[in-house]
Amino acid sequence: MEPINEVKSVITPLYQKNVDTDQIISKEFLKRIERTGFGKYLFYHWRFDAEGNPNSKFVLNDERYKDSTILVAHENFGCGSSREHAPWAILDYGFRVVIAPSFADIFYNNCMKNGILPIKLSVDEVEEILSKEEYNVEVNLEAQTVTGEDGVVYSFDIDPYQKKMLINGWDEISLTFQYEDHIKAFELRKA
Amino acid sequence: MAKTIIEKIWDEHVVYEEEGKPDLLYIDLHLLHEVTSPQAFEGLRLNNRKVRRPDLCYATMDHNVPTRNREQIKDEIARKQINTLQENCEEFGIPLANMDHPDQGIVHIIGPELGLTQPGKTIVCGDSHTSTHGAFGAIAFGIGTSEVEHVLSTQTLWQAKPKTMEIKVIGELGFGVAAKDIILAIISKFGIDMGTGYIVEYTGEAIRKLSMEERMTICNMSIEAGARAGLISPDATTVEFLRGREHVPTGEAFEIEAARWLALASDEGAVYDKTVEISADEIEPFVTWGTNPSMGSGVSNNIPLTTDFTEVSDRSAHEKALAYMGLKEGMPLTDIAITNVFIGSCTNARLSDLRTAASVIEGRKVHPTVKAIVVPGSQTVKKQAEQEGIDKIFLDAGFEWRESGCSMCLAMNDDVVPAGEHCASTSNRNFEGRQGAGSKTHLMSPAMAAAAAIEGHIVDIRKFQLDTVGV
Repeated sequence: MEPINEVKSVITPLYQKNVDTDQIISKEFLKRIERTGFGKYLFYHWRFDAEGNPNSKFVLNDERYKDSTILVAHENFGCGSSREHAPWAILDYGFRVVIAPSFADIFYNNCMKNGILPIKLSVDEVEEILSKEEYNVEVNLEAQTVTGEDGVVYSFDIDPYQKKMLINGWDEISLTFQYEDHIKAFELRKA
Repeated sequence: MAKTIIEKIWDEHVVYEEEGKPDLLYIDLHLLHEVTSPQAFEGLRLNNRKVRRPDLCYATMDHNVPTRNREQIKDEIARKQINTLQENCEEFGIPLANMDHPDQGIVHIIGPELGLTQPGKTIVCGDSHTSTHGAFGAIAFGIGTSEVEHVLSTQTLWQAKPKTMEIKVIGELGFGVAAKDIILAIISKFGIDMGTGYIVEYTGEAIRKLSMEERMTICNMSIEAGARAGLISPDATTVEFLRGREHVPTGEAFEIEAARWLALASDEGAVYDKTVEISADEIEPFVTWGTNPSMGSGVSNNIPLTTDFTEVSDRSAHEKALAYMGLKEGMPLTDIAITNVFIGSCTNARLSDLRTAASVIEGRKVHPTVKAIVVPGSQTVKKQAEQEGIDKIFLDAGFEWRESGCSMCLAMNDDVVPAGEHCASTSNRNFEGRQGAGSKTHLMSPAMAAAAAIEGHIVDIRKFQLDTVGV
């Protein structure tokens, strides 16, 4: 996966809690056997009406955010289905960072495996960010900060192991192969 | 020191631990299906990697498969995905129950049926409803496709040790109240994200009295409360369910296993990171009115008012949900008209679910405005139901009787609720568009869904059944 450390962009504000992965990527797009090409289906039924025309009220159709690489949403983002197609769609669309007060466990893990940085800030901090017009921020994973254009600095926590994986863009399977002796020993013990 | 079953199973499966790292956890059983596995197999091929333990994998086709006219799948992309699983299983030597196999079915129904699911195991699948298998006292959780690839390659996963939560269901269930109502009531009371970061153990006398099928219904929906895994300590009910199943040992070896399983139960006095309680006798038959599983209520209630919520974000979520559902705040739940009924899914498509629904509709007719389908959870369930004549009861009433699969729970095949229509569904998710673009889902128990099919609107199963007795 692609390493990630610094990301600078206007934020895309999605003022909604409990955004489920069915909304992020709808089931009709899960039949493909590739990992790529899901971006055009991201939030499909919110982005487009039944005739396939863009819904002008939905934030992804707002010109001001078309080059944004940072999505900000409310609590429990990514709940529901385990479909990794959700982070694939988010990444393929162009987002590298998702900020929310909380994430569903499986979605959070899936982001980590795809070089997407999920950042947890407090509800108040997220509310504050969402309330600012066309807010530009700079994310720094090494420093664990989100710095606003107005100078406000938001700090976030992240598991040190996951941080290292993201910054280096490491392939986890290759790393696990280094523990082959431990796995073998475990299997022998169990047998 | 007294330990929970969660800690016992976890500790038994740690391959490697180091300060500042998640644990490397061994996986005993890896279930696979056609939708979340193709990219993982492709990853193996690209990196010239093998499946480490094909003998610990088991695959089936469920999400995409048609439930009628299976010989010709019209959807070309779906067909390709199904064929891809067949090819991948052949290439990597993984056992597969394909569409023509007598064991085919929803992955979370066939695992227990075959006895692959056993107490004390760590079980994963690229599907969030893997929590179902926790009913047996296993740590079972859904994973993404990258993790599927990791397990295929290494038979392990890096996992941070989760926190533990006890959900205690005290007291006795009332008349007409099902396992589905318990879990819907829990999610509604404590919220859709109460379980985030936890593995949940369900305890209490109301849980102990449940059959394995009912326990599976409860554990299945742990993820709808945010918990990746939910489990129940094994007891005599667990042991007797597994006795004689294909993949469990026989004779003396079974008794030794059974004793080991029973010893996994949480110790008296074990401490959880969090404990919550709910009284069984307060739980009514439940239905959802909104667009996530926590937006539900006892059937005798009205839809809440927006002003019942204090938080701004909750108010806006409530308004948005009602706008999508085309429902009004304050209206009685029993006034909601139903035009589609789905009895199926990994939550409620086992034999006991079909028996219960059949007993409600026997000798009656589906309401003229309703289209109702039954999709048995597996070919085994279908065959057993047919032997009991349950298919006849459904067909005589005007239900359609289908082949097994996930079907209308997520509408990846052509079993779709038309846009704008309301569906009484025994499945697990009522998200926007879950059962088809524009579909409006109401989650409920099999008995409640069956009664709604007869009446054409949501009904209180307790009244429905009392009226029946009265006649």
